[in-house]
Amino acid sequence: MDRPRSDRTTGVDRRTFLRRTGLVAGAAGLEGILGARRAPAYAQGTKLHLLRWNDFVPACDEELRRQLGEAGRALGATVTLETINANDLQPRITSAVQSGTGPDIIMLLHNWPHLYEASLVDVSDLAEWQRKDQGGYYSQSEAAAKVGSRWVALPHSIVGVQMAYRKSWFDEVGQTTWPRTLEELRLVGLKLKKNGHPIGQTLAHTFGDAPTWAYPMLWNFGAAETDVTGRSVLDRKETVDSVRFMQAYWKDACDEGALAWDDTNNNRAFLAGEISATLNGASIFIAAKRGADKLKDEKDQPLWQDILHGPIPNGPAGSWAYHVAFSHGIMRYSKAPKLAKDFLRWLAAKEHFGKWFEAAGGFSVGANKYWEEHPMWPKLDDAMKIYRTAARVSRMFGYAGPPSAKATEVYSKYVIVDMYAKAVQGMGAADAVAWAAGELRKIYG
Amino acid sequence: MAKHPRSLVPTVGAAPPIEVALPRPRPAPPWRLTRCLESERLLAALLLTPAVVLLALFIAYPFVMGVWLALSDASVGSPGTFVGLRNFVKEWNDSIFQTAFQNTFFYTFWATIFKLTLGMWLALLLNRQFRGMRLVRASMLLPFIVPTVLSTFAWRWMVDPTFSVVNWLLYSLGLITNKLPFLSDGRWAMWCAIVVNTWRGMPFFAITLLAGLQTINPDLHEAASLDGANSWQRFWKVTWPLLKPVTIVVVVFSVIQTFADFQLIYVLTGGGPANSTHLLATYAYQIGVATGLLGEGAAISLFMFPVLFVVVWFQLRYLRRLESA
Repeated sequence: MDRPRSDRTTGVDRRTFLRRTGLVAGAAGLEGILGARRAPAYAQGTKLHLLRWNDFVPACDEELRRQLGEAGRALGATVTLETINANDLQPRITSAVQSGTGPDIIMLLHNWPHLYEASLVDVSDLAEWQRKDQGGYYSQSEAAAKVGSRWVALPHSIVGVQMAYRKSWFDEVGQTTWPRTLEELRLVGLKLKKNGHPIGQTLAHTFGDAPTWAYPMLWNFGAAETDVTGRSVLDRKETVDSVRFMQAYWKDACDEGALAWDDTNNNRAFLAGEISATLNGASIFIAAKRGADKLKDEKDQPLWQDILHGPIPNGPAGSWAYHVAFSHGIMRYSKAPKLAKDFLRWLAAKEHFGKWFEAAGGFSVGANKYWEEHPMWPKLDDAMKIYRTAARVSRMFGYAGPPSAKATEVYSKYVIVDMYAKAVQGMGAADAVAWAAGELRKIYG
Repeated sequence: MAKHPRSLVPTVGAAPPIEVALPRPRPAPPWRLTRCLESERLLAALLLTPAVVLLALFIAYPFVMGVWLALSDASVGSPGTFVGLRNFVKEWNDSIFQTAFQNTFFYTFWATIFKLTLGMWLALLLNRQFRGMRLVRASMLLPFIVPTVLSTFAWRWMVDPTFSVVNWLLYSLGLITNKLPFLSDGRWAMWCAIVVNTWRGMPFFAITLLAGLQTINPDLHEAASLDGANSWQRFWKVTWPLLKPVTIVVVVFSVIQTFADFQLIYVLTGGGPANSTHLLATYAYQIGVATGLLGEGAAISLFMFPVLFVVVWFQLRYLRRLESA
């Protein structure tokens, strides 16, 4: 039926008007988005979920939680922090990536960024900003978070690893300074063990303590997993020498029950007065100081006053350590990658990271040398000052080849740790090395 | 409007007949629900559908996905491509896998033997009448009720390499001079795991066998006693033959659970020291989840399938034979 229409004179009816204005608005919006080269603000989301480990220094988590409120206000977002056991991080990452949902930002240890490269957002712009802002990174941080020419995670910190020891017990056996060589350490350990104060060092399947001890044992004897091209070169005399040393050291100086320790056992054993020395982060000293009224030595003096730190002593090829690099990765499935980048930039800013760094009290250091000059260092106890420059002498899993996911596979399978563990349990040194070399050839080629 | 059929109902005397409306038989609509349900086939299909859907979603789909993953080089964040049996060949030649494979058989065999022996013994004891019988029977289930992770943590504390309460007790009693290496020696650690598994699984055996024992007519034992059978003969000739079907079922269930055990080893030893307590499940987890090699992890877990399939096949075959007998 042909009905008379009142707007005929203008040539624009209601539907046409809505359609045309809608198209114009849509085109303008699209143009705006394309011009800005980023998703519109409403698609970014205003919530961020950060997943990290339960820090060995609880003050760090407290400070971070406090900062999240500030960051949320500054960025107009709600940022939540979830902390879990470090052993559970990898399973959590796997399930999050496979299901395409989970935390927007996840803390990554070691060289995990290589393993999860395909699932991480490129943060090269952030990493370059931080480099300009705070100077060059330690090689350990760069090896951990940079895959080829791309940064797939933003370096955050490094947990320095040193040997905590009981000064009075070392004095008792005539060792008034920290041993300079591994052989000296073995001989001192022999006396300490006879006195009922063995050295405690795990060779179990732990995420930190076992690999941070086992890998440097390779390097300090001149052995390596791979050559510079990434080909396996473990099956060498230097490796066998290293394993032989470990067998003797284990029997002469160590608490042999440590084959079943997890990452917390050496902390507890040290604080309980069961062991005289152990390779660890500074958490033992920090915990002893925090609990000074309860943790006492045999003379009823605060235990922390009897704790000092020393580096892994020299082997025939020098003294190298494995200090644990930490970084933050933005997951590709995140609905707010821009916000996540803004948050990481906020968190890494000198004024914010500096407060977290102070809360760590030397347990964690920055990812670059800038933090060696922080005014906190002179105020720390002498025992802690060794951590200031510790990260300079660190190597990465897979040394001497380029950092890669294959090195992470070797680490995750505990091949290097188990090589030593098998040997101290009775397998011949050459056989243990042959076994590990076989496993490495399957992985590296 | 259709008219109802009418009939004349005869009335008493001379009164005129009354017209009564009777329902007209109508042909039933072809697809009425009640009619559908009358068909046994359709009803059966309808009743089975929810179970089939649940099985397809939660059993078949994960299984098919597992098979696909095992045949691919999938890793975390990468869907992977088809690689045939490469993962299976790689794992078969992997020394850690071989250790885990042997460990799984060793662990399952001994844990099942202990659970069966001790469970049977406990069931025979509990089958007697005594004061507090119900309380004892209920408390016996505690290890089975407590979450595995929790109870294993308690065991881990008891056999901790440094702070073991067992070592402390033995040392205080002057029975040892050095700590026993409960978890720090590979063999000790494996036997510790078997003991913990036995402690946890024995109540399941005991309570199931006890239920079986209570179905045995006491007259049979009485008759055997009158015939001069001693207690061993009564067990072997009367109790055991009647208890065998229940025992077979409970053993098969236990083998399946023990062969695929994960939580206990994960908490107690983490597969160490030096892989000496790794089982297929814990190694599959380490490779698939921790290392991110999903294809290889799935292949390791699928190695369990043929073994468990054979076990279940024997069980079903045996039960069918019993039924037909």
